[in-house]
Amino acid sequence: MDIGLLAQYLANGIMLGTMYALVAVGFTLFFGVLDVIKFSHGDVLMLGTFAGFTVWLGLEAAGISNPWVQLVLILIASMAFTAAAGAAIAKYLVLPLKKAPPLNTLLITLMLGTAIREAVRLFYPNGSNPKAFPSLLPDASVDLGGFLLRADSVILVVAGLGLITGLNLMLNRTRLGLAIRAVAQDEETARTMGINYMVVVLATFGIGSGVAAFAGIMNGLYYNEINFGMGLLLGLIGFSAAIVGGLGNLYGAILGGFIFAGLQVVGSALLPFASAYKDVFAFAVVIAIMAWKPTGLIPERTSDRV
Amino acid sequence: MTDIAIDTPSRPKGWLPGVLTILFVAVYSWALLIAEEDWEVMGLIALAAAVVVLGLFTGLGNKVKASWSAHEKPLNLGALIGVLAVIFTLSDQHFPLLMLTTTLLYFLASLGLNIQFGYTGMVNFAGAAFFGAGAYTAAVFGNVEWFPPLLTLVAGGLVAMALGLLLVYPIVRTTGHYAAVVTIAFGVLFKTFLEVNEILGGPQGLMVNSMRLPGWDFNNSPTLFGMEASFYFNYAVFAAILVAVIFTFVRRMERSWLGLHMDAVRLDETAAACFGISIHRTKILAFLSGNLILGIAGALYGMMISFIAPTSFTFSDSLLMVSIVLLGGMGSPWGGAIAAAIVVLLPEKLQILQEYRFLLFAVLVMLVLLFRPDGLLPRQIRNYFPGARNGQ
Repeated sequence: MDIGLLAQYLANGIMLGTMYALVAVGFTLFFGVLDVIKFSHGDVLMLGTFAGFTVWLGLEAAGISNPWVQLVLILIASMAFTAAAGAAIAKYLVLPLKKAPPLNTLLITLMLGTAIREAVRLFYPNGSNPKAFPSLLPDASVDLGGFLLRADSVILVVAGLGLITGLNLMLNRTRLGLAIRAVAQDEETARTMGINYMVVVLATFGIGSGVAAFAGIMNGLYYNEINFGMGLLLGLIGFSAAIVGGLGNLYGAILGGFIFAGLQVVGSALLPFASAYKDVFAFAVVIAIMAWKPTGLIPERTSDRV
Repeated sequence: MTDIAIDTPSRPKGWLPGVLTILFVAVYSWALLIAEEDWEVMGLIALAAAVVVLGLFTGLGNKVKASWSAHEKPLNLGALIGVLAVIFTLSDQHFPLLMLTTTLLYFLASLGLNIQFGYTGMVNFAGAAFFGAGAYTAAVFGNVEWFPPLLTLVAGGLVAMALGLLLVYPIVRTTGHYAAVVTIAFGVLFKTFLEVNEILGGPQGLMVNSMRLPGWDFNNSPTLFGMEASFYFNYAVFAAILVAVIFTFVRRMERSWLGLHMDAVRLDETAAACFGISIHRTKILAFLSGNLILGIAGALYGMMISFIAPTSFTFSDSLLMVSIVLLGGMGSPWGGAIAAAIVVLLPEKLQILQEYRFLLFAVLVMLVLLFRPDGLLPRQIRNYFPGARNGQ
């Protein structure tokens, strides 16, 4: 195998890994503050991407065609919309079930995901067909010895990694981050210390969902196509990544995202006769990792009541 | 916990409310199955809603429940006779029989999932995958000339069980969300595998041979009292009997010490382990037996519709099966019957809803989870002495 092809696989893996990590971070944040799995995450992401797409259609109609302006407006609109949706889901569907068994929360968000997916398919104009997402980034590329480094991939990866770093700084350096970590550690004590629990929970869900919307736009820009089902697989991969890494841990989510991307790339590289099996391979390895480390590679620190 | 208590009705209940319920439900389902116009279906649904409200407010519902728990065996047999009677009255109608059989098979699948979700508290989001494993087994073995089709049915269950065996190790080691991801990953893996695998027909799917018993070819239309019946009649009768057998088996298991172990593991694993219950063994038993039932249901379903493709066994279908269990009420087998009828019949009957069915049931399950988390027909308190009266 020549170096160029290898570099191509590597670039592809880094790109996918960043995208998956952005989705997985949301799962891990939600699990941190509320100990719940919000399975509609992937479909909220899809909804955000469609919101961004709608904004793009509006901008085209309004005659604003500078790609950078378009990109910034799409990102702002899509992330704001998704953040609002995430906070609303937390308030009206997740928090009311706080006392119920965790299975119920998982189920209600699974069903919400299905509802969002179906609603987009049925009610978005021509929603059951894939939409061509515009390529707004410069399509220049540098030839590095048989390997084409595309400028848009570089921009996307840098922006995605920047967002994760920013999120990490926010969690560790700001008052909001402190409040989120406090609620994650001990809800009761955090409340008695004067932390506004509701605001922190809603903010966390908003931030996590907004980050996922970024991943959705990234996905759209990279593949130049979005469809109503994109959230299911992305959400599933993000969930698996967060679980493989270990829930409630930001680094675990990032690690899991890159592991999953690596598995997919390795799967398609090593099984050239059957690159269609790459998802089968990746999910099989996820199941194997779960068997080996039942609470993820970086396990959450819990103790069972005896 | 009031989950386990000795059920002592204040005074012995007669069998009359139960029998009347069976009669009403039989006539009602007959009417619903042959109703063709939208307004007829709407009227029947409104009638059902009215009866439910009436039953809740006048206490009739409780009378039926008490009557049922006092005379469970004869009334269950009566329900089987009721189903068979409906099948006989519809014997020459293809479509109603197909719907009825599909409902029965989904009910069967919900029984399997019930063992996992309802009794043991394990999650399985790959129900459609195990169902599909049974159907694909039926397709493969059905083409083998010498292989008896009745054994194909069993083989479907065994293959689903064997696939479950692959997951057993991660399943018993993980709990909660972590177990959920194992089954979800498996469900997606299974469907993707079917789509890319050329031997199993790829995305186009496979033809399935029909069921044959010695001297009883299910593809031939039987003649009843000089009238030629639909060939679905065979499947409907066979499915009804199969459901009755497996229903009995599941109820027996629930009532036995196995069921007690499952309940104990669901309610509190630590406490169960302290009392010497092997959590692993209980979970493995529940997972495998549930998958066995799913596989059998899938095999017969494949034989009946005679053509299967990966798109019938997606993650959304798994969720649809979970919503049957949840709508009916966790651990409530009869609830599963009602929910299966709602989930299967409603979209078929109201063609406008067909397109919206996933959306509709997703919203319905969300409402149930928010406002009636026990389901439509919540599980009854455990009855240690079925049919026992006061002072006995």
